[in-house]
Amino acid sequence: MDVAKELLAGTVLAGARAIRWLDDNDPRGADVLASVFADTGRAHIVGVTGPPGAGKSTLVSALIAEERKRGRRVGVIAVDPSSPFTGGAILGDRVRMSRHTLDPDVFIRSVGSRGQVGGLARSTHDACLILDAMGYDVIFVETMGVGQDEIDIVALAHTTVIVGVPGLGDEVQAVKAGLMEAGEIFVINKADREGYEATQKQLELMLHLRAESRGYKDDDWSPPLLPAVALKDEGIAAIVDAIDQHGERLRASGDFERRTGQREREHTLTLLREEIMRSITGSAAPAVMAAVERRELDPHTAARSLLDQWRRKNMPGLNDTNDSEVL
Amino acid sequence: MIFTGLKQTPEMVAAAAIQEDVDVVGISTLSAGHTRSLPKLARLLREAGAGDKLLLAGGVIPEEDRPLLEAAGVHRTFTMGSDTRDIVAYLNSWWARKLEAEA
Repeated sequence: MDVAKELLAGTVLAGARAIRWLDDNDPRGADVLASVFADTGRAHIVGVTGPPGAGKSTLVSALIAEERKRGRRVGVIAVDPSSPFTGGAILGDRVRMSRHTLDPDVFIRSVGSRGQVGGLARSTHDACLILDAMGYDVIFVETMGVGQDEIDIVALAHTTVIVGVPGLGDEVQAVKAGLMEAGEIFVINKADREGYEATQKQLELMLHLRAESRGYKDDDWSPPLLPAVALKDEGIAAIVDAIDQHGERLRASGDFERRTGQREREHTLTLLREEIMRSITGSAAPAVMAAVERRELDPHTAARSLLDQWRRKNMPGLNDTNDSEVL
Repeated sequence: MIFTGLKQTPEMVAAAAIQEDVDVVGISTLSAGHTRSLPKLARLLREAGAGDKLLLAGGVIPEEDRPLLEAAGVHRTFTMGSDTRDIVAYLNSWWARKLEAEA
């Protein structure tokens, strides 16, 4: 199977294999990505984040249904936490989206966070690119519900939807995390529950303060605050309207390409960091690390020492001005 | 491990297994429909080009149905009372054989 060619033709089996390779750090993944990259940059990437129990998966399922009604092909990446101890994960987001399983124009993929903080998995960005190349019009990225750290999604998505619920005290948490600063669309899910009005008022005040602190101008995007009961498909059309409006605005202003470009730039830096770390913490590292653990070496000196050794190895002509060799 | 939820049809399981590109599909069946649903699932996976996935079944499966299921493409059944350690050992040896075959 020519995975790159097949996935460009929309074959699910091929796209799924490419995402697995990228997630597993299999070099074939990078090769596939390189040959399909020219066909990416079109999909509207929509992040959905919020605290655990806010109903993110159920909301995404309802959003898929509405997007399908509007004739769009939908990709979904659902991130769930992996165990920090075993690395294993039980990914259950699909359960809430099972009504879309047989729709050939919906591709749902679960990923484990594998120790990554920030609400996303390491391979989320790559998986988005593959779904983009496969021609999905909208890609929903559902973060894991870690509460305060989901901010990474903002750098990945064109549009970020923040989901809250009445009565969890999330308003304060959201402000702490800076999510209120970041989101473009705010949804209060389970709006038929007691406490909706109080939550609605609090979030409204937060959004007002945010606009004030930024020196709000008339043509700025004003984040809507929308009620929903995702389980009953209530309020969903208005959310998709808002997602569409935000997307149109981004495209009209050139911000769509700008955000996409920034994203690729950030991803490049992330990959570079990983590669450099792998390279530096190679052969010399275990001895230095052991010395740190025995408290014979402080972490600053240890880091400097590893960096110097790496420089000497990789840049032989370089004059070593640092005499802090320890090991 | 990806959990699909209860009451899945063979079509739904096949679609999920392909989207997620899993190595192993495990089916728990209690509804006595296994002689129809499991062969159908095996066939759907094969037809979609995903016949390389290991297909396991568990739950309430009478001993006399085993040959039929295995002939239809179910690689192994672990019925009630199976020791989890046996299942893990089976998966480990299957995985080792698979890696060897690919190398």
